[in-house]
Amino acid sequence: MSDKKQWPIWEVFIRSKNGLEHRHAGSLHASDAEMALENARDVYTRRQEGVSIWVVESKHIHATNPEEAGELFEPAADKVYRHPTFYVLPDELKHI
Amino acid sequence: MTQKEINLEEQFQARIDRDESIEAKDWMPEKYRKTHIRQISQHAHSEIVGMLPEGNWITRAPSLRRKVALLAKVQDEAGHGLYLYSAAETLGITRDELTEQLHSGKAKYSSIFNYPALTWADMGAIGWLVDGAAIMNQVMLTRTSYGPYARAMVRICKEESFHQRQGYEIMLTLCKGTALQKELAQDALNRFWWPSLMMFGPKDDESPNTEQSVKWKIKRKTNDELRQQFVDQTVPQAEFLGLTVPDPALKWNEERGHYDFGDIDWDEFWQVVKGHGPCNKERIDARVKAWEEGEWVRDAAVTHAEKKDSRTEQKVA
Ligand SMILES: [Fe+2]
Ligand SMILES: [Fe+2]
Repeated sequence: MSDKKQWPIWEVFIRSKNGLEHRHAGSLHASDAEMALENARDVYTRRQEGVSIWVVESKHIHATNPEEAGELFEPAADKVYRHPTFYVLPDELKHI
Repeated sequence: MTQKEINLEEQFQARIDRDESIEAKDWMPEKYRKTHIRQISQHAHSEIVGMLPEGNWITRAPSLRRKVALLAKVQDEAGHGLYLYSAAETLGITRDELTEQLHSGKAKYSSIFNYPALTWADMGAIGWLVDGAAIMNQVMLTRTSYGPYARAMVRICKEESFHQRQGYEIMLTLCKGTALQKELAQDALNRFWWPSLMMFGPKDDESPNTEQSVKWKIKRKTNDELRQQFVDQTVPQAEFLGLTVPDPALKWNEERGHYDFGDIDWDEFWQVVKGHGPCNKERIDARVKAWEEGEWVRDAAVTHAEKKDSRTEQKVA
């Protein structure tokens, strides 16, 4: 095996059509950003799945820790008053 | 195991039982991680080695229509390999380690690819039977418990159906052609039928991993269930072609609502798995050659990227 460095991993985000957001499609290896974009085109858009691609080296992505998911996301669970259905209005009322 | 580990494992099983997806950074039993690295990488290697028998026929395709289709199919298989390598890498193994395991023989790949593709009809039989069998397994795996693996499978399944259809179309064309063409199609079916049934792996009572795999929802159907499903689906397709499935014991069983079929030659299966199939050596040699001859390209790309980086740094400074 070569002693040289392995190509870094990149995360690929694809906009499937204009008007929609970029979504994570997967990852790949490439030596630089230009190659990552070219490889992403070949690997993830062979059937017109995209009109725009973002790539970012995986090491630059910071993520929440699954073990902290409870304290981060559970506080939203009991805040039903943030949803429109919490407010009771008569049925005959329209457009509200 | 400590009490803490036992609790974690119970919680993990509870998540699986609730049909929750397991994601890369979630806690998982070491065995779950190892089983996945083994299974996903084996699957990835199969996609990559699977390109070899078909790639060999691209330049000899009988028409431009067949050539672009085969080329696109083989390119898809490369993509499938890459999706799966990425999924395996989320579990903390590097791409180079995975490659190394294939080349050293430590990691396996589907034994079907150790059979040679001798005639053009084999391109038909492979698409129809081999991709057909693979699809059956892969459709099940779209619901596997490990998220990155399941997502790779969804993408793969979308692409696979054309593979099987193009294979069947080749068979159909040959079967409607001259007597010699039909003979080629029959010969391809004869050679690929039994190895295709072997693709589902050992019988359930001889498959030590099945029970745990089902418990962890890695697999949702057993090897034998999938094999039966494949036979039931494929026999009518062979009849439609006017071909004979090479199994004298094959017979519709009204009571079971399934086809009964003959015994698989498991000695042959284990011989091929252990490296003594017709093409095992040739396949690995081809992969090693490609890897070694590409080394200077990989290294040059790294050097180029580093130079470019240092130049931009200088400009910034
Ligand atoms: Fe594939
Ligand atoms: Fe395929």
